[in-house]
Amino acid sequence: MKTHVIVFPGSNCDRDVAVAIKNISGHQPQMVWHKETSIEKSDLIVVPGGFSYGDYLRCGAMASTSPIMQNVVKKANDGVPVMGICNGFQILIESGLLDGALMRNKNLSFICRDILIKPKNTNSIFTKNAEVAKMPIAHNEGNYFANSEQLKKIQDNDLIAFQYCDQDGNVDIQSNPNGSLQNIAGILNENKNVLGMMPHPERAAELVHGCEDGKNIFESILN
Amino acid sequence: MSEINWQFQTEQSLVENHGLKLDEFAKIVEGLGREPNLTELGIFSAMWNEHCSYKSSKFWLKKLPTTGERVVQGPGENAGVIDIDDGDVAVFKMESHNHPSFLEPYQGAATGVGGILRDVFTMGARPVANLNALRFGEPEHPKTKHLLSGVVSGIGGYGNCIGVPTVGGEVNFHPSYNGNILVNAMTVGIAKKDKIFYSAAAGVGNPVVYVGSKTGRDGIHGATMASAEFDEDSEDKKPTVQVGDPFTEKLLLEACLELMKEEAIIAIQDMGAAGLTSSSIEMASKGDVGLEINLSKVPMRAQNMSAYELMLSESQERMLMVLDPSKEDMARNIFKKWDLEFEVIGKVTDTKKLILMMNGKEEASIPINILVEDAPEYQRDYVIEKPSLIKNYNPEDFDQDDLMSDLSTMLKHPDLSSRKWIWEQYDHMVMADTVVRPGSDAAVVRVHGTNKGLAMSTDCSPVYCKHNPYEGGKHAVVETWRNLIASGALPIAITDCMNFGNPEKPEIMGQFVECIRGMGDACSKLNYPVVSGNVSLYNETNGIGIYPTPAIGGVGLIKDLSNVKTLSLKNEGNFLCVVGKSKNHLGNSKYMTIIQKKEDGGTPEINLDE
Repeated sequence: MKTHVIVFPGSNCDRDVAVAIKNISGHQPQMVWHKETSIEKSDLIVVPGGFSYGDYLRCGAMASTSPIMQNVVKKANDGVPVMGICNGFQILIESGLLDGALMRNKNLSFICRDILIKPKNTNSIFTKNAEVAKMPIAHNEGNYFANSEQLKKIQDNDLIAFQYCDQDGNVDIQSNPNGSLQNIAGILNENKNVLGMMPHPERAAELVHGCEDGKNIFESILN
Repeated sequence: MSEINWQFQTEQSLVENHGLKLDEFAKIVEGLGREPNLTELGIFSAMWNEHCSYKSSKFWLKKLPTTGERVVQGPGENAGVIDIDDGDVAVFKMESHNHPSFLEPYQGAATGVGGILRDVFTMGARPVANLNALRFGEPEHPKTKHLLSGVVSGIGGYGNCIGVPTVGGEVNFHPSYNGNILVNAMTVGIAKKDKIFYSAAAGVGNPVVYVGSKTGRDGIHGATMASAEFDEDSEDKKPTVQVGDPFTEKLLLEACLELMKEEAIIAIQDMGAAGLTSSSIEMASKGDVGLEINLSKVPMRAQNMSAYELMLSESQERMLMVLDPSKEDMARNIFKKWDLEFEVIGKVTDTKKLILMMNGKEEASIPINILVEDAPEYQRDYVIEKPSLIKNYNPEDFDQDDLMSDLSTMLKHPDLSSRKWIWEQYDHMVMADTVVRPGSDAAVVRVHGTNKGLAMSTDCSPVYCKHNPYEGGKHAVVETWRNLIASGALPIAITDCMNFGNPEKPEIMGQFVECIRGMGDACSKLNYPVVSGNVSLYNETNGIGIYPTPAIGGVGLIKDLSNVKTLSLKNEGNFLCVVGKSKNHLGNSKYMTIIQKKEDGGTPEINLDE
């Protein structure tokens, strides 16, 4: 089992996700500095959360041009599983691996709290065992948007990975924390080997976190 | 004062504009044996202001207990250090950023967080938690909404970006803060006991290295501004507020911690208030050596900066280090990797002087001892006012027709209502070690990779302090203690942030003296020493001072995280118990201030033996 976590200047969930992967898989992921240009054979590449380049300009925009990202895009197109969490999701969108845009939260404030998500497509390696799960969000720009053309592609290809929902799994407006289109919390690429999601499964991966629902996503990829 | 017979070449107004008293200027001339040039005057101004010199408070601060079994480093360094077993230490401090936050709430609060974070990682600790203690004016005051939202976004903006969770704090509203809000930020970090870094420069000839951001013209005289009262023209002081860049600080944090793994750093000091001036002088003074600095080498953001500007700029995210010369290249490579400035700007000397060169010309030459040991220290006059009388109330004193409605009114009051909307704007879970989130008695953060944790809480009741500063000081300390034990922790030590009005007024000085006495008694009794702190005086606008506010941040150890206690009710049918004696204390309670709408009835006395 070989996993890799990309580290950009300003990444701040790189360690957290590495700890979660180590705890779940038993293998220590390799940390890859953004100035490197290639990743060896990998079973999973994680683009972690944080504030790459301070989120200056536009979240994820500068990181998407980092040397390592060219290789991540290539690996993704070759079918290697790639997972972007929070800022990582923003970077994957800016890199063109995923469709849409992440705008400022509807209430124009940073939001850090637990939310519930429900899987929509359960045919991907990330979501095959997914159920309604609780985990935190912590972002300022998580308001997912796609234009009508992109949305059609997403719907036709069943690319919605997760939607914000209530305790019973109802996807309704009250459960939408940030104004995302169709409560979208995470999406897949057409090959379903690339996942971007705003919630942080690595922060709900141990008993002390108060909830272990996030483990499921890692387990389904790693085991 | 202006009637004084002025026999110096230097303009009297220039001295006054630098916040120096005329007799303080005379002391400078006596020490130097000549009049200072402008750069030197600026340096004295920066070192001798209240914020940097503690000239009004030093005498009294010495009375606080600062030692204990677990104290590794007490006050006097960048932050306090306590032993938390297994070779681990917790490093923490609370600091004020009141004046800048009132002028520019977002940047003021953000750079307050940035400054206290640097204090902690300068010592070799990885910051693991931020807390804060905030006071605003009454909610109806026209400025309050803007200040509150700006401060909250600023704290979040900085802490969220750098990736240190903001896990706790307190927010109060009171008219005494209408013209002078309080923004106190606390950081807790974790280090190895044998890997703590200090600021004493050593080794004649060793390179003095500047790292971090470039120096610009921002924040010049920030510390002097923070040592003066406000009036109508204070808005003009906005340019003295610094601008924060949490992204650069994140890089600086990682670069410093990376370098600290190597045996390369001999001394390190962050550039906070009074920037290059206070950092260089602090390092030289602690090491009892001299420093020679070539200002032409300082990385500059603006063109044609003068020696005066370079020495007084408070540009953020900068550090000064003395390095082992054989490790210079290795250190340079680490900072290059993180795209940060790294410049050798001087060397350690045996002259015990601060010598500044620029373009081959000597810009300043000041013996360190004149700046530090000879700094003015005042034992200000003080008057201890009689505490408000404690009153015993009878049930018939109050209309109790609708207690449920009173309760509802209280719960809706800004002082008691939920703070969720605030802490939801702070990332309180990054680092994935937050065990007890905001909203409980104390926050609990796991020591990474172990099963132990630190509990932390910030507290103060300014109304209690106003009506009886001695008891109020005790209350503040004891409240953190109670919050820590309620979470299952062993309380170890505190940091204090002493926010008061103008110390030149005897009644204000009296409040300070009495709060210290109360805190000292509580700390001694509880074996709960003060390991770090900060004093913020002159919190006045148009002559009206704030309520005395000694904000306390307490830290405790939880040896086994399975013993953590939280305040949520667990199961139906569980018993609710009250522990301790309930006395008839209604004086200045929330019921009194919110429902009866008056401050009356004194401050309850604390029996430390109970």
